[in-house]
This record gives sequence, structure tokens and C-alpha cells, in this order.
Amino acid sequence: MIKLVGVTKTLGGHPVLRGVDLVIPPRKLTTIIGRSGEGKSVLLKHMIGLMQPDSGEVWVDGMEISRLRGRALNDVRKRFAMLFQGAALFDSLTVFENVAFPLRERLRMKGPEVTGRVEEKLEQVGLAGMGHKFPAELSGGMRKRAGLARALVMQPEIILFDEPTTGLDPLMAKSIHDLITGMQRKFGFTAVMVSHEIPEIFGISDYVAMLKGGRIALMAEPLEFQRTQDPDIQEFISVGGTVSLRAVSPSG
Amino acid sequence: MITMLERLGRWTMNVVGEMGRMLIFVVSSVAWLFRPPFRVVQIVKQLHFIGYKSTFVVVLTAAFTGMVLALQGYYTLRKFGSEGLLGSAVALSMIRELGPVLAALMVTARAGSAMTAEIGIMRITEQIDALDTMAVNPLQYLIAPKLVAGLIGVPLLVAIFDVVGIYGGHLVGVELLGVNAGSYWNSIASSVEWKDVYGGILKSISFGLIVSWVCTYKGFYTRMSAEGLGTATTEAVVLSSVLILVWDYFLTSVLL
Repeated sequence: MIKLVGVTKTLGGHPVLRGVDLVIPPRKLTTIIGRSGEGKSVLLKHMIGLMQPDSGEVWVDGMEISRLRGRALNDVRKRFAMLFQGAALFDSLTVFENVAFPLRERLRMKGPEVTGRVEEKLEQVGLAGMGHKFPAELSGGMRKRAGLARALVMQPEIILFDEPTTGLDPLMAKSIHDLITGMQRKFGFTAVMVSHEIPEIFGISDYVAMLKGGRIALMAEPLEFQRTQDPDIQEFISVGGTVSLRAVSPSG
Repeated sequence: MITMLERLGRWTMNVVGEMGRMLIFVVSSVAWLFRPPFRVVQIVKQLHFIGYKSTFVVVLTAAFTGMVLALQGYYTLRKFGSEGLLGSAVALSMIRELGPVLAALMVTARAGSAMTAEIGIMRITEQIDALDTMAVNPLQYLIAPKLVAGLIGVPLLVAIFDVVGIYGGHLVGVELLGVNAGSYWNSIASSVEWKDVYGGILKSISFGLIVSWVCTYKGFYTRMSAEGLGTATTEAVVLSSVLILVWDYFLTSVLL
């Protein structure tokens, strides 16, 4: 379980997080939504220790990680994987080498064992036979899939997804969502996803949390979340498409 | 008045802070060198990039530097009837000063700027964060091999620079201007001492560290924009070049 208690963070003199209290349930898919610039990615980076809070605490299964450094922090990170917004593939390495990277670097695995696991993951994300390509030769969707394969290959307990479908067409976005939910149900990892894909996220998430004004305004199961009376949240999810808007002709 | 003092204070704090960050950066990177896993393959790759791939530009610069030195030296020495000392003039200038300084400047321009850009792009596209999330320390994986490659690669390039420069001087002095070949080589053998060579090696090692240290640091702390990357690359080249020249003066004054 990941727990954030009173997390505050100021970046460039601008307060981004103003006391975030959030509990991420284990082995569930929790999606964090919120307006652009609200600090959703910043929040995600606090969970894996890429950023340290100005105040507050970040707990991962009973261990407070916000003040950890070096080897102790690395030990915690070994339980995590993260899919970045732009996939963050190493552009000097092929897709195969990217997916093999954590196996070789963290587990010191070599030879056929690496090949077997990498090819299995590439097949699961629909990139079989693409291992020899470099990230620059892939489309945005394929890059996200390769990033997903790299995140999954270590079979982590927790995976963080930072806007995994941003910039993709609706069909590709749906296929990435299907991959994430399918893998999450199959392997049972804890998933935290930052997304703008409303209403799709209500169909795939176990919990939805909304970040507003630097705090968690609401966290609930999708159905309950959509029944909220908070006008700001209602407006946000309505514009996102949950409430069907009447089509208006060009003449008005 | 108070505003001016405030600005001066803020500037001083920034400079001191930056120097502190740079020191922590290099000390941490060196410390990671001695912890397993040892990145031998990464070091060899960086040696190939910093050393081997800079060879052509270094050889070219060295040849023309030696040739122009011989040309200038010949007409100056001829006024005193000392053309026989041309080899000594070329070799000492090369080994003591021009070899280490010019080779280091060429490495800064070719490999240093590329190092900053490469690491900066990795920072902007979150590849460095990705390393962190995979529990792979970026200082150990990315920075330390480049520091080692700078420390080994630059002295080797300087050695090549010196040799090629001396032969460039030979080409112009002996082959074109007619200086006696025996006196050219004899004057080198009689005037170049071990402390000249030792001084050149010491300089080149420290310049190698300066180039790789400054250029990796600037890339690692690039601001998250294309403009930030451009600024970081410019700053890396300018700061490395200035530090090389300033450090050269201090080392020369100590070594002489």
C-alpha cells in the first residue's frame, strides 16, 4: 500500500502540492485525474522517490521513503516500475535492449534467459519481431507499448503510469488501456495511472482520485465518483464526456 | 544601494551553490566508480567516443599547428642564425603548452559539447529519471565512465598531438625550408627533458577531467527545455575552455 500524508511541494516558487493525503489500495488500478498543471506527474514522482516533498510523508508498505537516499531508496525502487509520458526509452538502444535493460542491469541476467523474457513481453504488448528497431523508428503508440514491456519485464509489485495514452488516437489509446488493465488483472500488481481519458478511465479503474488545488478533492470507486455533487468535479468530468452533451448545429 | 547589495549577495550565493553542486557531483561520480557493478563496457564505449572519434580533428589541428610554428619559428630564428634550434622550439612549444591546451580545446568542441547535449536530452526526455526508477544510479552508469574516458583519452590524444605537431614542423622546417634534418632532431633530443613531458602529461590529465566534469555536469542539470539545452551546451563549452586556459596558467606557473 502506498500512503501519502500531508505532502507539500513548491516548484519554482509556485506551490504545486498543498497537503496531499492519499491512500493507494494494493493490487488495484487507481487513476488520478485533474486539470493540466495540477501536479499529477509531480505526485507520481513522489511515490517512487524521484522527488522529495517539502513536508509530509510518503509510505510504501510501512516504510517512510521520502527521506531515503542511495541504496535504501534503490531497494524500495526495485519494487516499482514506471511508464513515463514519452515512454523514456533509451534512444541509443534498440527496443530489445531497452526491455532487456532492467534484467541485465538489476538482475545481472544474461543470454537466453534474457532473450526469452524480453521476447515474451514484446509479444504480450504486440511488438513481436520489432526488437531490432530503435525508438526513433517507432510510432508513439509502439513506443508506449515498448515502455510498457520494459515496465512489466521485471514483474514489479507496483507500476506507475504517467499519462500512458496522451497523444495517441482513440483506438490506440483503447488498446493501451486494454493492455494495462489486462496485465493488471493477470499479474495483480498495484497500478497508479495519471490520465485525462474521461470517460474511459471510469470503465477500467478500481478507484478514481481527483487532484484539485494541490489536494485530493475526492477519491472513490468510479460509480460513486461520478455521483459526486461537487460542481467543479462534475464540470470537469462532464466536459470530459461522461455526461452526453447535446450537439449544436453551426447555426446555433 | 541595498538592492545592489542584495543582488551581489544573491549572485555570490548562486556561484557558491553552483560550485558546491559541481564538487558534490564529481565526488559522488568518482565514488560510484569503485562500487560494483563495474562499467568496463561503458568506459570502453566512451573512450571510443571521446578518444578515437576525436583523433582525426586532433591530428589535423596538430599538423597545421606544428607547420605554422615551424614557419614562424624559422623566420624568427634565422635573424639570429639559429635555424638549427627550430626542432627544439617546435617540440618544447608543443609538449609544454600547445599540445595539451589545443587538444583539450578540440576535445571540448567535438566531444564535450556532444556529451552535454546527449545527457541534456536524456534529462529532458526523462531517460535519467527512468534509470533512477530502475534502481540504476545515473552517476554510475552515465557520468563516471565519461570521467574515466576523459582522464585516459585526453592524455593519449595530447601524445598524438605532440608527435604529429613535431612531424608537421619537420615537414615545413626540413622539407620545405631546408633546415638540416639532423640538427632538427638533435635539438629536440638535447632540449626536451623529462620534466617537460611530465608537465604536459599532468596538464592533459587535468584538462581531461575539466572537460568531462564540466560538460557532464552542465548536461545533467539542464533546464527542461530546448532553450535550456542550448544554453547548457554553450555554457559547457565556454566554461570548459576558460577553465582550461586559467588552469593552464596556474599549472605552468607551478611547474616552471
